Amino acid sequence: MTIGLEHYLILSAVLFSIGLFGALAKRNAVVVLMCIEIMLNAVNIAMVGFSRFWGLLTGQVFAVFIMTVAAAEAAVGIAIIIAIYRSRQSVDVGEVDLMKW
Amino acid sequence: MILKRLLDWLAGYWPEWAAYVVVGLVGIMVLIAFFLTMIMVVIWLERKLIGRFQVRWGPNRAGPWGILQPIADAIKVLTKEDIVPDRADKWVHLLAPVVAFVPPLLIFAVIPFQPDAILADLNIGILYVVAVGSIAVVGAFMAGWGSSNKYSLISAMRVAAQMVSYEVPLVLSIIGVILVVGSLSMMDIVNRQSLPFFLMQPLGFLVFFLAAAAEVNRSPFDLLEAESEIIAGYHVEYSGMKFALFYLGEYGHALAASALVTALFLGGGKFPWGALPPSFIWFLAKMVLVFCVLFWIRSTLPRLRVDQFTGFAWKFLFPMSLINIFLVGTELWWAKEMGWSLFPWPFLFLNWAIAGMLVLVWPKLFQLGVGRVEV
Amino acid sequence: MGTVITFWALAVASVVAALAVVFLRDVFRAALFLLASFIAVAGIFLLLSADFLAAIQVLIYVGAIGVLIVFAIMLTREVKRGNPWGRMRFLAAIAGALLLVTIVLAVVNTAGWPGGTPPPPQATTEPLAMRLFDLETGFVLPFEIASVLLLAAVIGAIVLVRER
Repeated sequence: MTIGLEHYLILSAVLFSIGLFGALAKRNAVVVLMCIEIMLNAVNIAMVGFSRFWGLLTGQVFAVFIMTVAAAEAAVGIAIIIAIYRSRQSVDVGEVDLMKW
Repeated sequence: MILKRLLDWLAGYWPEWAAYVVVGLVGIMVLIAFFLTMIMVVIWLERKLIGRFQVRWGPNRAGPWGILQPIADAIKVLTKEDIVPDRADKWVHLLAPVVAFVPPLLIFAVIPFQPDAILADLNIGILYVVAVGSIAVVGAFMAGWGSSNKYSLISAMRVAAQMVSYEVPLVLSIIGVILVVGSLSMMDIVNRQSLPFFLMQPLGFLVFFLAAAAEVNRSPFDLLEAESEIIAGYHVEYSGMKFALFYLGEYGHALAASALVTALFLGGGKFPWGALPPSFIWFLAKMVLVFCVLFWIRSTLPRLRVDQFTGFAWKFLFPMSLINIFLVGTELWWAKEMGWSLFPWPFLFLNWAIAGMLVLVWPKLFQLGVGRVEV
Repeated sequence: MGTVITFWALAVASVVAALAVVFLRDVFRAALFLLASFIAVAGIFLLLSADFLAAIQVLIYVGAIGVLIVFAIMLTREVKRGNPWGRMRFLAAIAGALLLVTIVLAVVNTAGWPGGTPPPPQATTEPLAMRLFDLETGFVLPFEIASVLLLAAVIGAIVLVRER
């Protein structure tokens, strides 16, 4: 048995689904952020897998950019969470409903 | 290399993967044995030297010149009761010392003691070191959180602030070296230093040395365990073998940092006038020398306050490392345009002049410790 | 043989750690499992002979993002309230399961994945740099935009958490 591209893609899909489920189903904003990071990680696995099996490095270049965006997203996301916590003493995403219709 | 020969010999009898596993284990064992011996020597040396700096004798009861002191310490620590706080998070509390102890050990896998004495000459060597070094902080986090002690928690917050602040200049100061070498492999970095890099890039050396000293929590940067403020910081609730692991991990990290300074900036195992003893010896000598300078700083300077600590990273080290990258990049570009060999002598003097000027002038531009004190 | 064992070990480790992030009640432990998942994914990158990316993965995800997340957990002190489920968790589970089934079916039913043995592994740092900064076909402009994005993120984060 050899490990082909399909294995990596399915692993990526599983991780992405777990992340999606968590991001939708959790109420703690920090946990939602963590689940988003899992999803980005899953995408990276798929990118690097494609890059490996097609012998093109473009996939890895994309992974580098995804990591950059993930870092920026984590910084801003956590800043927002802390700002919300300061004003409401809570990080429950259900309670932040000012923009909800 | 002996390990390579062992691998070839074993592969003649066993399947290849089994030989790989066995040889890997042997290499790891040798490394751990070396690591622990070095740490014991260094602990003895530190206690002796600090004693002298403070005009006292240091350990002198166990064995001649107190040389058996680390062994006595080890026996003492091993026979202590292992206490876990009642409200602690048991698993996190248990795993924290392990997470803190392993990364420095992993760093030693790529330290180029000698061309044939390096466990793995990874082609991402220095990046691997930085990456693994950043894991160690998780151990401190886990200890600080898992103990459910307010002082541990404050210490863990300080670890976060320190990591975020000092990781940046540490990595940026390495970039100056990587620019010149054009490779991330530790062996290449050592081989390129016909002139040690601390002569060529004094600014990078200064920033790396200070950031590394802060990263491994040596005084005056040991705010995470400032006895006078937060007792012993994140390992306040640890005793016995778990405390010993933290202790070993801390010294191991300091040792790894001085090995990195040696490899990156002091020319590794190279010696200016040929190599009379094996370069292994030179490497260890330089490493211990760097470690002694750390002791010296530790026993001379008072501890910084938290706001001064992060302010120092952002206001001094960070701009310095950026200027260093700019300087090295410009000089490399000029050298390439003019067709000179890399780093001719005028650049060396220019670098020293700029470094000296900046170190003298830059601190006048801002004030440390006028802001608010948090955490 | 070794590759197969390593792949399955890392895959199981990363998936279990990701599940633990979602299902554990203790937020701090969830964050620790998140770090474990990141490290397992770094191992997967090594298996895919992306050594540079593996190191960057550990450096950025574990060293920077992980530390930030743990820092946020400590600052917000939401641990007492745990890691509660939202009202929509069944819908979320259905959405996740549907997505998973769709992708798996798509992957399995697509013929013509480049199969067999991939090209032999080699050091990727230098080729990656060449690919990234090649003036004709490279990604110089996206790279610069990414750096501007990072700068904007840093400034935005500082502005957001500044106390007036």
